[in-house]
Amino acid sequence: MSIFEGLRFKTISSPIHRIDPRAKFIYVCVLFAIAVLFSQLIPLLILFFSQMPLIIIAKLKREWLRLMRGSMFFAAIIFIANMVSLYFYGGTQSLAAVVEHSLAMTTRFLILVESFSIFFATTSPDMLSLSLEQIGVPYEFCFAFTTAIRFVPVLAEEAQTIMDAQKARGLELERGNFIKRVKNYIPILIPLIVSAIRRSMELAEAMESRAWGASKKRTSLYSLKMKTKDYIFIVASIIVLLVSIYVRFFISIPSVTELMHLG
Amino acid sequence: MRRCSTLIEAENVYFIYPNGVEALKGVSLRINDGEFVAIMGQNGAGKTTLVKHFVGLLKPTKGRVLVDGVDTRTVSVAQLARKVGFVFQNPDHQLFSETVEDEIAFALRNFGFDEKTVRERVDWALNLLDLTQYRKTSPFMLSGGERKRVALASVLAWDPKILILDEPTIGQDAYQKERLRHFIIQMNQQGKTVIIVTHDIEFVAECEPRVILMVNGRIIADGDAREVLTDTVAIKEASLVLPEITQVFMGLNDLGFSWKVLGVYEAKCLILERLRGVRI
Repeated sequence: MSIFEGLRFKTISSPIHRIDPRAKFIYVCVLFAIAVLFSQLIPLLILFFSQMPLIIIAKLKREWLRLMRGSMFFAAIIFIANMVSLYFYGGTQSLAAVVEHSLAMTTRFLILVESFSIFFATTSPDMLSLSLEQIGVPYEFCFAFTTAIRFVPVLAEEAQTIMDAQKARGLELERGNFIKRVKNYIPILIPLIVSAIRRSMELAEAMESRAWGASKKRTSLYSLKMKTKDYIFIVASIIVLLVSIYVRFFISIPSVTELMHLG
Repeated sequence: MRRCSTLIEAENVYFIYPNGVEALKGVSLRINDGEFVAIMGQNGAGKTTLVKHFVGLLKPTKGRVLVDGVDTRTVSVAQLARKVGFVFQNPDHQLFSETVEDEIAFALRNFGFDEKTVRERVDWALNLLDLTQYRKTSPFMLSGGERKRVALASVLAWDPKILILDEPTIGQDAYQKERLRHFIIQMNQQGKTVIIVTHDIEFVAECEPRVILMVNGRIIADGDAREVLTDTVAIKEASLVLPEITQVFMGLNDLGFSWKVLGVYEAKCLILERLRGVRI
């Protein structure tokens, strides 16, 4: 479950935590756009490591390491899938170029995970819901969204208990061929789903009994205000995006393979 | 009855959860074959953490746990589970089959019993827990108490040597509790080692097993129910309340009664004896 650690919000204070969620959201969108814009290894690696200062400021070093370790499995799948498809169907590329391209795609994936992590680990679910509300999303949807996020750790814990209970009845998850292994998860998924449904019913009853939705117009204790530093953050993000677009279309970037040939 | 060989042995066990909580701080104990043990203590004292070590669901951070002479770190949970039946607190964490029958057969099939034996064992377990009429019912349609019995039946079906029950009395009415008590005692008399985890002191007082009190990941008292449950200092330290009968007899202390009394029947006898002795 280490991959969730990097995505879970922790109540600590840092300059990154204090940035307005909307500004952070724009920043994450910019990162996504740049990651999709480039497909060469060098700019993607630069993008990947350019997040380091932010991670250090946000005190997320340990979570970042865990996240990267947790992502290794998927990263490996992406790398292998790219290798195989490019090698067999990619035409006349050299092996070095194939490896470089696969590495680039893997880095792109890691950038997406990393920026997701920066956003979710530094934004409290409440703030997130509040910012959605202020954009004009109906409260019902915001509430459903925050509740979903809130219950992820609860569900993870419950899944662990269920796994323990079934293991104690002789279930061996790691045994058998692929189909058998998938089947092994049925005794875990059914109790998990049943209890999630049961819990949602209970939650609904508890909320209704506390007059949820009694008043149409809701007021909130906090309201989000964009401050100067938030605007600076947004403007900086957009400038980075514009520069990247310029670089992408008007400057040719050498690949690592080419550089090695020159040297 | 064999009451000599050690079945479970914990040697200076420490356990730290991944989130850094130290749940066990040097627990050592021996449980002999055929014993009936109640592990008690407040929430978060480490009771469940300790018994999870006995089926290998948790492995000690430091120290070791031997079950039937085997170090739990060297075998899988499934292998240990063949000897150690663990009934979880909440039956909803394990029920998933379409019928009660399949639910009970699940573990048997996991352990590789042949179909004939599976059928025999299922019949036996259904009968034992008075569930035969629900054979073809979905476990999800049953009441809380019945679901708990199905969970218990599904574990008893493979006839484990050791039976661990985590909070067996929660959510059970008085009648079911009484039945459960008889059932546990019967199992124990048939030679099974029974370990219950609970904070239901009245239930334990009626059963009179060996009692182990835990506080903050340590064992603070271990002995006969009569000694431990009437030990005012230890009971207070474990955030428990003395059994009601004991409290009554503490109040009668100045009349010369000992307060080391647990059972209702025993209390009745003591009082009657005294009343008969009084001549007006």
